[in-house]
Amino acid sequence: MIEQIPNEHGRFGDFGGKFVPETLMLPLEEIEVELDKALADESFKQEYIRILQHYSGRPTPLTFAPNLTRQVGGAKMYLKREDLNHTGAHKINNAIGQALLAKRMGKKKLIAETGAGQHGVAAATVAAHFGMDCIVFMGEEDMKRQELNVFRMRLLGAEVVPVSSGNRTLKDATNEAIRYWVAHCDDHFYMIGSVVGPHPYPKMVREFQRIIGDEAKEQFLAREGKLPDVIVACVGGGSNAIGMFYPFLQDDVRLVGVEAAGKGIDTPHHAATIAKGTKGVIHGAMTYLLQDEYGQIIEPYSISAGLDYPGVGPEHAYLASIGRVRYESVTDEEAVAAFQLLSQTEGIIPAIESAHAVAKAVELARRMEPDETVLICLSGRGDKDVQAMMRHLGMKEGEDVASAR
Amino acid sequence: MKTLRLPANQPLFIPFIVAGDPSADLTVDLALALQDAGADVLELGVPYSDPLADGPTIQRAAARALAGQMTLPKAVQLVAAMRKKGVKIPIIIFTYYNPVLQLGEESFFALARENGANGVLIPDLPFEESGPLRELGERFGLPLISLVAPTSKQRIERIASAAEGFLYCVSSLGVTGVRETLPESLGGFLGEVKRHSRVPVAVGFGISTPEQVAMLKGVCDGVVVGSALVQKVEQLLERLQTPTEKEAAIAEFAAYARSLAAPLHAPCSSR
Repeated sequence: MIEQIPNEHGRFGDFGGKFVPETLMLPLEEIEVELDKALADESFKQEYIRILQHYSGRPTPLTFAPNLTRQVGGAKMYLKREDLNHTGAHKINNAIGQALLAKRMGKKKLIAETGAGQHGVAAATVAAHFGMDCIVFMGEEDMKRQELNVFRMRLLGAEVVPVSSGNRTLKDATNEAIRYWVAHCDDHFYMIGSVVGPHPYPKMVREFQRIIGDEAKEQFLAREGKLPDVIVACVGGGSNAIGMFYPFLQDDVRLVGVEAAGKGIDTPHHAATIAKGTKGVIHGAMTYLLQDEYGQIIEPYSISAGLDYPGVGPEHAYLASIGRVRYESVTDEEAVAAFQLLSQTEGIIPAIESAHAVAKAVELARRMEPDETVLICLSGRGDKDVQAMMRHLGMKEGEDVASAR
Repeated sequence: MKTLRLPANQPLFIPFIVAGDPSADLTVDLALALQDAGADVLELGVPYSDPLADGPTIQRAAARALAGQMTLPKAVQLVAAMRKKGVKIPIIIFTYYNPVLQLGEESFFALARENGANGVLIPDLPFEESGPLRELGERFGLPLISLVAPTSKQRIERIASAAEGFLYCVSSLGVTGVRETLPESLGGFLGEVKRHSRVPVAVGFGISTPEQVAMLKGVCDGVVVGSALVQKVEQLLERLQTPTEKEAAIAEFAAYARSLAAPLHAPCSSR
């Protein structure tokens, strides 16, 4: 039995907590108090659900993948279609929740960080929807990788601030967003995009993402009359994964989180935090992270900007430490192959992040029986990745896809 | 056993520099220069890859130091090197929590004491998370310096009542870095903190001019200057690393530090 977590100190076992400059302690406490009130307030919940239904398009479908299943030749494969959300990923669930909370707290200015741009787009979207200002921090390297999303954010009226420190990716954008918040915490709400950061963020983001697992559970039971045997989700910070896993934690279901192995977990070029990380503090929380022997954070690497993060949500660290969720990893090349496979078998182009989950699910399903089932959290769609994939696969526009495989 | 003894009846000038910026040897030279310029306590910053409480100036200094392979153990060992060269003022190790965690909390305190440090300041370890380290600090005679911020409000009393050594007051919202103006509410905030504090109250973040220091003299017990001095090191980088110009560059650095210390120690002493 897994205890109800986090505890009053924001701890998931040894993980979590609040390791931030003193200036942020009061703003965090204010969010904590208001979050608990909001979660207990039926009208808040109804408003959140109403916006998800009428603005974002929830519930998202549960899609059986017959062609993929046939091709793999094992367990039946299902997809939870977070890619069909407004703005193209699960990130909008959390953005709507946090924007509602910000509104409740009287804050009209949002700060966000983004890696792949999906959270930045979600933040910019809800800011436009609620008439709020929005400033998004994004690593310069990620801005290059995700040009399209940078344009979308600007089109939505957000200010995108390039971050040039470190590897110029998500970790650095998060540092900069926190620093900006320290200076502007009196009138800005910091909308974190994953289940990372100081308490109460990991809990808050989980509560706004658990809709994925809650819906999936109901849909799966209706469709199959039982729970899935295995659930697979990709893990960078881990918000889609925790959202999907959380409602199943007490059930007899195998849960598999998939980290980015980049060029291989035995090379220095990966983002496999649970596989290769050690316990430490990053962005305000105790968790597993990639670091050297002196406690300096090591720059991660992944083809996917959304998984390119040296830490992981503290709840994942806890679930890994007690063995409730198994965390595995998938390389860039395996993810790219799965990206193409799902596109060509089912007509669904996944986000390169989600393709990591697809790759692992295929590997698992192959070894399972035809009456068993695998549920994949398809966290986002791949529109944002097509240009990068085109470059990666060495294709030129107009070239035959098959010739580049 | 308390190793942090502060000069009584005198406002404290507390400069901050980054260990290893631009090199280990030069850090020792700069520390000596600061003592000569009137420093009462030295804050020795340990470079960190992801310093959440620091602005661009100190981030760049940390990056320079890390490029030179500076580490937490090496930074602490610099204290012993400073002592050998004649640095007598108390030295506070300023480090983020993660490097301490990796070295081992107890090993860190042991190493700090062994090398002659006098206190520890960890900006991302708030009061609620600091219990075990506070105890270690007591055991090793190295106080863990507490911070209060303008947002601390009801927390001020709790933090101040547990404060050891001195209490570090963050002047305004935001990370470290030079600010042109300090908030008008600063005086009231410092007064509130002083009412609750048994130890000297030093104020830092954003202080860069003798005028600002003079203004603060009457309302607090000490002034911390970090980014402004680190920026000076940055300006002198090339000269500091040119053998023929090193002495002159250090003298220029010391003169700047002296100009900041002077308003606190007026009439200006020549020590």
